[in-house]
Parts: sequence; structure tokens; C-alpha cells
Amino acid sequence: MLKRQHMPIVVTVALFILIFIAGSFRYTGFFSAQVLLNLLIDNAFLLIVAIGMTFVIVSGGIDLSVGSVIALTTMISATLLQDGWPAGVVIPLVLFIGAVFGAGMGAIIHYFKIQPFIVTLAGMFLARGLCYVISTNTITITDPFYTSVAQTKVSLPGGTFISISVLIALLVFAAAFYLAHYTRFGRNTYALGGSEQSAVLMGLPVARTKVGVYMFSGFCSALGGVVFTFYMLSGYGLHAIGMELDAIAAVVIGGTLLTGGFGYVAGTLFGVLIQGVIQTIISFEGTLSSWWTRIVIGLLLFLFIVLQKLFSSRQLLQKRRA
Amino acid sequence: MEERLPILQMKDIYKQFPGVKALSGVQFRLFPGEVHALMGENGAGKSTLIKVLTGVYAIDRGYVELEQKRIQIQSPQDAQAAGISTVYQEVNLCPNLSVAENIFIGREPRRLGRILWKELNRAAAKLLEERMNLSIDVSQPLHSYPIAIQQLVAIARALNISAKVLILDEPTSSLDRGEVRQLFDVMNKLKREGLAILFVTHFLDQVYEISDRITILRGGEFVGEYAASALPRIELVSKMIGKELELLEELPKLQAEAGDEGGEIVLEARSLGRKGAVEPFDLSIRKGEIVGLAGLLGSGRTETARLLFGADRADQGTLRIGDTGSVHTPRQAIDQGIAFCSEDRKGEGIIDDLTIRENIVLALQASQGWFRTISKKRQSEIAEQFIEALNINPPNPDQLIKNLSGGNQQKVLLARWLLTDPKLLILDEPTRGIDIGAKAEIQKLVMSLSEKGMSVLFISSELEEVLRVSDRIAVLRDRRKVKEMSGDEMSEQLVLKAIAGGGEG
Repeated sequence: MLKRQHMPIVVTVALFILIFIAGSFRYTGFFSAQVLLNLLIDNAFLLIVAIGMTFVIVSGGIDLSVGSVIALTTMISATLLQDGWPAGVVIPLVLFIGAVFGAGMGAIIHYFKIQPFIVTLAGMFLARGLCYVISTNTITITDPFYTSVAQTKVSLPGGTFISISVLIALLVFAAAFYLAHYTRFGRNTYALGGSEQSAVLMGLPVARTKVGVYMFSGFCSALGGVVFTFYMLSGYGLHAIGMELDAIAAVVIGGTLLTGGFGYVAGTLFGVLIQGVIQTIISFEGTLSSWWTRIVIGLLLFLFIVLQKLFSSRQLLQKRRA
Repeated sequence: MEERLPILQMKDIYKQFPGVKALSGVQFRLFPGEVHALMGENGAGKSTLIKVLTGVYAIDRGYVELEQKRIQIQSPQDAQAAGISTVYQEVNLCPNLSVAENIFIGREPRRLGRILWKELNRAAAKLLEERMNLSIDVSQPLHSYPIAIQQLVAIARALNISAKVLILDEPTSSLDRGEVRQLFDVMNKLKREGLAILFVTHFLDQVYEISDRITILRGGEFVGEYAASALPRIELVSKMIGKELELLEELPKLQAEAGDEGGEIVLEARSLGRKGAVEPFDLSIRKGEIVGLAGLLGSGRTETARLLFGADRADQGTLRIGDTGSVHTPRQAIDQGIAFCSEDRKGEGIIDDLTIRENIVLALQASQGWFRTISKKRQSEIAEQFIEALNINPPNPDQLIKNLSGGNQQKVLLARWLLTDPKLLILDEPTRGIDIGAKAEIQKLVMSLSEKGMSVLFISSELEEVLRVSDRIAVLRDRRKVKEMSGDEMSEQLVLKAIAGGGEG
């Protein structure tokens, strides 16, 4: 049975299908499984980051540091690999750094009761600045593990393929879905977003949940950074500039309420896919500048925020009537 | 009963906030299998005592014993773990989660860390069915149910946390009669099962109906502990307010003087209605008249008020205020001299982090335009004047409003609107959650305003109060205006009959 709280996600999925069909009619060669899979291949890192962001936004917060953490991850990875560190050490290390960075911001937000916007903005500058402390240049990665992961194609039936990054992203997606809907941490995150005061009075572990949410986002950013490194095979302080906004856009288009307490990880997947399919259409069009992606995403964001507003005011009306 | 040992004992509790002595030397005992009412005026320290007991505030001095063992309650988790569960005045659940989750969150049935949703929903449905006589779809989000049901869900949650002590803080203030009955049935059942219940309310009837014992606080101090059967009502009230009751007794006399038939019409609604809110109704209010709106919770009282203020857009009929054309927005209504004091004083009225002074001058400042600021000196004068006139406590214009008790916050709100000198004042539940002394003060104030020519639309769930202050009463039932009565017609019996809908309309 379709419940009314699933409406936003239905709209998102329908929109994605609509855009994809429209593209298929307009461009030859658009309608193929590989084009669909390419959406995932090109946006694996965005998906991972946006999943972390979903938890933060559902909890009622925001994380602006994700793009910078990606850049920092690429920088640290590239330098250490250049110095001859093995990939098996570098990857866990950067993931650890990302999680600690996120947990630190979460702790500041919770214990000092500071707006997440400001704390993560500071985190964003800090991480971006640290990149340039390491180096102002691009550092190319030649590590055999990284290059082989980057080039490996996982074959699927029908002659299509995906990258290892996609597998990682899908794994994160599955784990996050489980985390959100079947664990106490996930439910506490929703409770926190619904009403922090109530969550406290209900005796829920608010501190642990809040710090955990930002830690998870930090971890996802670092993992997104690792996947991004596979994709770019370089470390650079200017990588992933503005990525936090892409991630937030994906989450919102995916139907998550910016006010917290409501949203689905699955919605975020489609939010990312919608961004991807718009990019694809613009590249198929050929003559349009890639900035058109931004314009369309901007319009979609407006549309979705208005939809959210309508949705929540209808809910209020229903409550008053009841 | 006396020879038994108390399950909970609070000794010499002290708690101080900046500028306010909230509790000084308060005692409290609670025995298993009793309902113990905690009484006091607003600002007497009831809420503070409860917050101390539930770990929201730390105590400055004194101690708490549970089952003869001293306990340190430092957080709501501590309280819960110790077996002290609370249902607060405002429903403190998460509206976005399902009913079942709200009952069990933090204690969900799990296997290997995985939440078992089916089991969770089944257990919640069973709990509500068996203990609250409530059968609803527990997988729906909480916000899709009315406040009364949310309240019962909150109690179900508290019950489920194998509570030894259940604290009910003003649980009945948003329930209608039938729902109160249902709640009392549950409370009686729990009492027989040996639970100790601490019950806070402002309704004296309810206190005597359900309580075994009463503890009275006044101004943060302990007045005494009494058996309910041995404490006459009048004595209870005078102990609460600490003065004799002439204030209350002179009230009914005031009414006769008011009620001017020939005054000019201030507001006139013709077939005004809004789909899903209120069916079309006619209503006119004359100068200096107090019109009461009576009806059960959810009968459309607030919706009517919002239509009259332009806060919700009517989809049919006309609304005229004074001699102008129709009114569509709150802005127009305010320009025409209407003031609306909302029932939701937390959400729509007061601004927590501003001072009394700033809250009072807010509406005046808005009506003057933001560029013609009122000088701080003038602001203070105004604030002082109202603090004195309305007896706001603490009498310090620079106190943050969030540190005030509910009744005093209400008075600040009233002051805000009175300052704009409205022609018509709409008061939606102005006395909800306010103690009897402050109630009488507000009622008296309303009557004296009408004598000075101000019209008032007075909305209240307490019939007695509506009858006392109103010159005319409009009765609502099921979102329809079913009757209007004035003068001698107005009696509790007739209004009740109209509310209940016996045969007519």
C-alpha cells in the first residue's frame, strides 16, 4: 500500500523515469543499460557523500565540509602513496581521518550548542586549507592498486559493465538503508530530526546520535574521497569544490526535508541519478555548456522545496482537522 | 496507608535560577498505589519540581530517595532507568515517527541489532488496546492523530517503561471530557496495580475526583501535604493563592452590569466559512460586548477565531470590521484594531529569548513601523506600567520571558495586545494551563476592559468561565455554530445541551 509519507520519493522516482524517457526519445543511443550504469559510474562518489549527508539532514543538521574533506582525502592519499605507503594502509587511514574529523565537528555542534552550519563551514575552510598546506600542486597517483581499481571493469550480462567504485557505492547504499530503517542509531536520527527536545526527554542518547551522524558523514566524505581518487587518479586542493552543494541538492531532490526528521536514503539515490541524467542529456546535446546542468538543478531545487512546503502544509492541515 | 513506606521521597529541595528562587525547601512524598496531586499557582514551582525529579534540572540542595535509597538523577535517562516516567504538558514525542515507534523507541525489539518492525507494531497495538482501550493504526506517523490521542500514546510509552513512578504533568489540559474519563480509568487501574502516580493539574474537580493526597506549593515553598478527603476545596484554593477569596467571589456580580444591547457593531461575519474548518456562520460583536465561544475540543472554536482574524482565508461569506469593507489578512485585521491572542502561546505568541519588556512592545513597534523605534526609556515605562497593572511576576522588565511561568507569560501576551489599544480582542484559551488565582485575574481584567468599551471574543474549554465573563455565548458543535444565547438564557445546562446536541440543530 502506498502511504502518503512516501509521496515525495514517488515524485522523485517518477521524475527520473520521465527525464530518462524524454532523453531516450530525443537522442539516439541514449536508451541503453550502459547509459543508465554510467550514471552510477560517474556519480559513485557523489552518491556516497550524499548518503552521509542524508543522515545529517534527517537529523536536522547540515554538513558543508564534505567537498573539502574529499579534496583533503585525495591530497593525503596522493602524498602518502607518492612517499611509497601501501594502499592497504593509506585507505583505512584516510577513512579514519574523515570519521574523526566528522565526529569532532559533531561534538562541537552538540556540546557547545553551535549551529551546524557554522561549525561545518569552519570545517570546510579548515580541510580545504590543509590541502594547500600539503601542496598547492596536483599530485598524480601512479600506485598500481589505484590504477588497477580505476581501470577494472566489472562485466555485467548484456555486455555492460560497472566500475569497482559503483560496487562500493551500492554497498554503502545498502548499509545506509539498513542503518536508517533497521537500527536504533537510524531511528534515533529520525527522532532527533523530529524533535530534539522530545528525544532528550524520551531518554534517547542524543549526544551519541548527533556525534555519530556527523562521524558517519565524515566517513562517507572520506570514502567518497577515496572513490574520487580512483576516478581522478590525482590529489589536488581544488578537487570537488562545491560538491557539498551537489550533495545537499541530491538529498533535497530525493525528498528529504531540510528541516529534518523526514527523508529516505533511497530518495537520495534517485536525487543523485536525476543530477546525473541531466548532465548526460546536456552532454548528448553537445552544443550546450555544462553550466546548464547547474541551471536545471537550480530550477529542480526550487520546484522540490516548493513541493516540500506544500506537502508539509497539507500535513499540518490534516492534523488540525483531525 | 500512612504506615507504609513512601516509594519516593524528596527532602529539602532547593533550586535557584538567575533572579528567581524556584524552589526553596520543598518536601514531597509519594506512596505506591496512590494518586498524589501537586497543586500550586503558576510559578509556585510545580514544573520545576518535576523537572528536578526527571533530571532536566540539577538540584542545588536537598536529596531524592527512591525506595529508601538516595539517587542522583542527572539526566532524563537516569530518571527513566530508575523507574520514573513522565508525561509532560506538551506532548513530548516525535511527530514524524510512527505511533508504535514513539512508544518503543530506545527499547525496540531487536535481533542481532536489527529492529523487528512486525513485532514492534504488534506489541504497540496490543499495548494501546489493552491498557488504553485505543485501537488505531500504529504504523501511521504520530502527527496524523489529534493531540488527545498523542497524549494517550505518551502515557502508553511511560507505562511501558516498567515505571514505578508515573508523573503526569497537566495531562488533561488538552483533552475533552470523554478523553479525561478514559485517562482516569487508566489511572485508577494503574493505581490498583500499585503504581505511584504524581498528578499535576489546574482542574480542581479532577483533583478531587482522582487524588488520594495533595501537596501544595506556593512561591517555591512547601505549604503542606493533605489527604484529599480532609481538605475542603475552598481551603485548598486559599492555601494555593495564600489570600482570601474575595477576588473570586466578587466576579459573578460584575457580569450583570455589562451587556449593552444598542452599541455599534464592531465586527460582523455573514455566512463566513472555510471548507474543512468551519461551516458558514453568522456572528456579530458589538462595542463593549464580551462574546463567548463554547464547544468541545475540536468543535471549531479556534478555526472560527482564525477566520475572524483573517489568519485563515475564508472560502465563502463576508467579514466586515467597523465600517470598512471585507477583511482578508491578519494585517488588515490588525489595522482595523483587532488583536488575536493565540491558544498556542509557545508556538505563536511569546518569543522565548526576549525580555518581558521586548515582548510587550513588540506589537506596538510593529504597528508603528520598524523605523520609528520606541526609546528604551519609553519601553521600560510601558513595561513597568503593565507589570503593575497585570501583576506580572517577577516584576522585572528585563527578565527573559522563558523564565516565567505559563500564567505570567500569558499576561505578557495580553499586555502586548492591550498596548495597541484594540477595538476587539480575540482571546483563544487565555487561561489554559493557568492556576486559579491568575485565572480570576485575567477574567476580571477582561471584564474591566469591556466596561471601558473594548469588545472581546472569549474562547475557553471551561464552560463555567465562559458563562461567567460573557454577555452572549455562541455554541459550536462539530464545526458548526449551533446556538447563540444571551442574558437569562445562558445557563450551564442549556449550553451543555447545545454542545451535546439533544435533538435540535
